[in-house]
Amino acid sequence: MPEISRDEVAHLATLARIDLSDHELDHLAPQLSVILESVASIRDVAGTDVPPTSHPLPLTNVFREDVVRPGLSAEEALAAAPASEQQRFMVPRILGDEQ
Amino acid sequence: MARALAAGETTSVELTRAALAATELVDGAVHAYLHVDAEGALAAAAESDARRAAGTPASALDGVPIAVKDVLTTTGLPTTCGSKILEGWIPPYDATVVARLKAAGLPILGKTNMDEFAMGSSTEHSAYGPTHNPWDLERIPGGSGGGSAAAVASFQAPLALGTDTGGSIRQPGAVTGTVGVKPTYGGVSRYGLVAMANSLDQVGPVTRTVLDAALLHEIIGGHDPLDSTSVDQPLPPLVEAARQGATGDLSGLKVGVITELSGEGYQSGVLARFNESVDLLVAAGAEVVEVSCPNFVHALATYYLVMPCEASSNLAKFDAMRYGLRVLPEGVESPSAEEVMRATRDAGFGDEVKRRIILGTYALSSGYYDAYYGTAQRVRTLISQDFAAAFEQVDVLVSPTSPTTAFKLGEKLDDPLAMYLNDLATIPANLAGVPGISVPSGLAEEDGLPTGFQVLAPALADDRLYRVGAALEAALEAIWGGPLLDKAPTLEGAAR
Repeated sequence: MPEISRDEVAHLATLARIDLSDHELDHLAPQLSVILESVASIRDVAGTDVPPTSHPLPLTNVFREDVVRPGLSAEEALAAAPASEQQRFMVPRILGDEQ
Repeated sequence: MARALAAGETTSVELTRAALAATELVDGAVHAYLHVDAEGALAAAAESDARRAAGTPASALDGVPIAVKDVLTTTGLPTTCGSKILEGWIPPYDATVVARLKAAGLPILGKTNMDEFAMGSSTEHSAYGPTHNPWDLERIPGGSGGGSAAAVASFQAPLALGTDTGGSIRQPGAVTGTVGVKPTYGGVSRYGLVAMANSLDQVGPVTRTVLDAALLHEIIGGHDPLDSTSVDQPLPPLVEAARQGATGDLSGLKVGVITELSGEGYQSGVLARFNESVDLLVAAGAEVVEVSCPNFVHALATYYLVMPCEASSNLAKFDAMRYGLRVLPEGVESPSAEEVMRATRDAGFGDEVKRRIILGTYALSSGYYDAYYGTAQRVRTLISQDFAAAFEQVDVLVSPTSPTTAFKLGEKLDDPLAMYLNDLATIPANLAGVPGISVPSGLAEEDGLPTGFQVLAPALADDRLYRVGAALEAALEAIWGGPLLDKAPTLEGAAR
């Protein structure tokens, strides 16, 4: 039976880049265990001989002619940015102290 | 309405004003809208009237106002997806379906409420508060497109657009007494739809009648070069199919009742209305047989693995850098991009979204990928094979749309599994990409609330939905003496 611990949820939250409060961690762990237990019921339904379906349609790359077309202006692209400077997105520092 | 417009009996401005007046009167209690654009809608209506006067209407629905689910991008109007993380965001482009509405002359009334990023079955997961069911304000209007369904059911909009990932058009349709259509996957462009799960999401109509849905579907459907998953084939003749169905003749049609979706776990009043509808199809000349789709019982579990995996990946774009909310973590001097992203996503996402992102991250993580995601993809194949085998025997499949009528607000909020069960009957169609319609099938005896009848057809045979849906609608309205929505309680007492 899949069981997911509070520590595992905290680790997953780090991977998913979401800070969770202690209260949220307490709440989520048992709920996720119940959901995982439920979805685990399909584990033995399909044998490895059944091909996986990732998409209802066969997907192919779609190309267009390599011609210049109008796109968003810099102003339009930056209009909803939380912060911008000199026609660029302004972001917090990316590298840590040790880098 | 389109007929009244064409006959000159009313104008688009009058229709738009009437819809806006209804919103003014009842939306304080219903909360179908997140944003109303009275000025823009009336301006578009005036332009439509000018076109009519000049004898050059842009489409059959030119001038009929419409509400749009807030998950579709609209230039000049906010698009929040019911989330705090996109509060106040005004997109720089229109979704293809929105552009097509504008080109066809439909005034856009506003953006409708929804479960955050379309995650939910009750519209209680909106960051801006729940929508209430116009039939009983203490009950849910279905989800995630509860706002669109409630807007149509409370006469605040004659038409609306929704999106359906696991049933989010059809289930709200069923519990509000409206018609909801999930087109064939790829049949309507998803460009400008803020994706929850790309391989499942589909835009579609929410309307009062089957013919309205067909008219709207023909406007929004068809190939779109901006969407790589758009089917490059013409739509079948949907309006013609609806008109043909309305004559009430279904002779030569084979209908399959899905064994797995018509028995245990369904409310008795829902089943009773469903069985009556099946009898009406027989009376219209259809041959009805029972068809087993044995893997449908695994659809719910399959969906709740596939969908969070895709959602966790899709929602990575909300990183506090290019658009949306940016929250600085408390007590951190000069925070890093990662710290800002984590704080922003905690503050900006609601519980259900966090739950699904964490679940998807788990199922996709190293060591678990094949056990969960890989398994689900293989079961998805079996479900598609069930559909293929069933459609060799019958032309359409039918079931109740939702296992129950609308439940009370708050009743299932802390029990995600109970909430997920609402999508039991609608999910198989999303996994296989086939089209489905929910048509109002009457009121359940025990609670007097609407129930829905679901029709499913093979991929690209959306016209069959309209033929069967219109025939059933005609037969039921003959019994009721008019549309089901005429029986809805008046909401004037609930006005602001």
